Amino acid sequence: MNILVCISNVPDTTSKINFIDNDSKFDKNGVQFIINPNDEFGLTKAIWMKDSNNANVTVLTVGDISADAILRKCLAIGADKAIRIDCEAIDASSVSKEIVEHCNEVKYDLVICGRESIDYNGGLVPGLIAGYLDYNFVTNCVSLDIENGKAKCSREISGGIEVSESDLPLVIGAQKGLVEESDLIIPNMRGIMMARQKPLEVLSAKNIKARAIDKKYFKPQEKAEVKLIKPDELDKLIDLLENEAKVI
Amino acid sequence: MGVLVYAESENNIIKKSALEAVSYGKALAEKIGSSLNCVVINCSEPNILKQYGTDKIFNITNDSLKDFTSKSYSNALQQVIKAENTSILILSSSADSKYLGAHLAGFTDGSFISNVVGIPDNLDPFTVKRSCFTNKGFSSTELTGDIKIISISANSFGLIENNGHGKIEDFHIEDISSTITVSNIEKQSGKVTIADADVVVSAGRGLKGPENWHLVEELAEVLGAATACSKPVSDMGWRPHSEHVGQTGKPVSSNLYIAIGISGAIQHLAGINSSKVKVVINNDPEAPFFKAADYGIVGDAFEVIPQLITKLKNRK
Repeated sequence: MNILVCISNVPDTTSKINFIDNDSKFDKNGVQFIINPNDEFGLTKAIWMKDSNNANVTVLTVGDISADAILRKCLAIGADKAIRIDCEAIDASSVSKEIVEHCNEVKYDLVICGRESIDYNGGLVPGLIAGYLDYNFVTNCVSLDIENGKAKCSREISGGIEVSESDLPLVIGAQKGLVEESDLIIPNMRGIMMARQKPLEVLSAKNIKARAIDKKYFKPQEKAEVKLIKPDELDKLIDLLENEAKVI
Repeated sequence: MGVLVYAESENNIIKKSALEAVSYGKALAEKIGSSLNCVVINCSEPNILKQYGTDKIFNITNDSLKDFTSKSYSNALQQVIKAENTSILILSSSADSKYLGAHLAGFTDGSFISNVVGIPDNLDPFTVKRSCFTNKGFSSTELTGDIKIISISANSFGLIENNGHGKIEDFHIEDISSTITVSNIEKQSGKVTIADADVVVSAGRGLKGPENWHLVEELAEVLGAATACSKPVSDMGWRPHSEHVGQTGKPVSSNLYIAIGISGAIQHLAGINSSKVKVVINNDPEAPFFKAADYGIVGDAFEVIPQLITKLKNRK
């Protein structure tokens, strides 16, 4: 079974968010990049499937050379092969189409993406890939079992869990629950050494035109200082919520 | 050129988030100078859509759409888009709408943008504001493409009533075959869900143990709120995972978020940032959450919460 795990290179959660070039670009200066957490849940699940489903795991990112570091980390975690499609990732549509071009050349039974990235939070890439390829799709996926070419998936829905059965090929949007945080694999020295021997292929991009282009970034307005209310003045809190904030 | 809204329903009731999408759709249709149409799926009582300015309501009734799957619902919406020559589709940001939006954009080769927080500033080029970096930033984004799909961030626009004709037309769809089927749905009934709630009451380790959660539940009940918890609380098994809100948990975009005994780690804030008003109750005045809060009480939750419950009950 062939699994593709799509990886997004994202700023660590604690990063300061700043913009440069007349607020048209995200300032990467001094920012630590990590594997998008939702993608990492998916990657861990894929690594488990090497044993349970005799799977072959390829990781892929769309990005420039700076993304190689996280691809090497994915290889150290246990992926068999890494691919980087060499271009700047501009929007979800062009990124998805670059991935789709690759999926048309190499057939995968299962494509795993994170349900959304923690930088742009669009949550678009998995659905777009599924739509372009006309594959089945389950996002917010919290469990997955593949047996005899059939997938059984659970999806978190508002107020519950939905179980579905699907033919392959399938695209999933992974999230916590598919594996737990404590299941995430920390690369050991052997993994890191082995990763150096594994292939990291760089493919040229098809240069697909972006359709959603961020022209200008803004920061949220400075928040007003918190209004502190004494614990024995709860009537005041209720009054503020009712008449000032108008939320109750 | 027309604006179409997919008005999501549950058990025959149009969801509040869908009414917000319709309100947004109406404002956009007025800006463009076009009509506003809505589509409902297996919903027999769509009349409320009239009150939000809908000109026409396309009513799809089909057994193969009994259970939601993004593929079958995308397929149905695609047929409406094609028949009506729709150029802009508006979706709410419910889990299902976001789910099908991307899939539909792939099928129709449309341009999809999510987390939108306002009416387009400009129609040509089509420029719209959306949130990014977990609400630590916004971007003004130019969108091109013949079909634009816009998913609006919950509680960013609000409900605006408007009179519309609301003429209901049955829309017949071609058969949909699917190789994905829903086999089981387990759902808690009678509980407000985090996604649909106007108010969310959330608690963290400060509550000391699961046996104290009745305080959270009572407060939530009197406010008609959903209950939620921080990551450590769900990791320790005090509360189910489905209540975990934060970066790797559920996102919260409610009007009011009340955090009890949650210190406010950056990963937690990332998930709840887009809530409008935040109230923090914590006995540690140095808790980072106070910096992100609108109203704060430095005090002991075990004293404050019971009093707050009593006062809120008496108010009603």
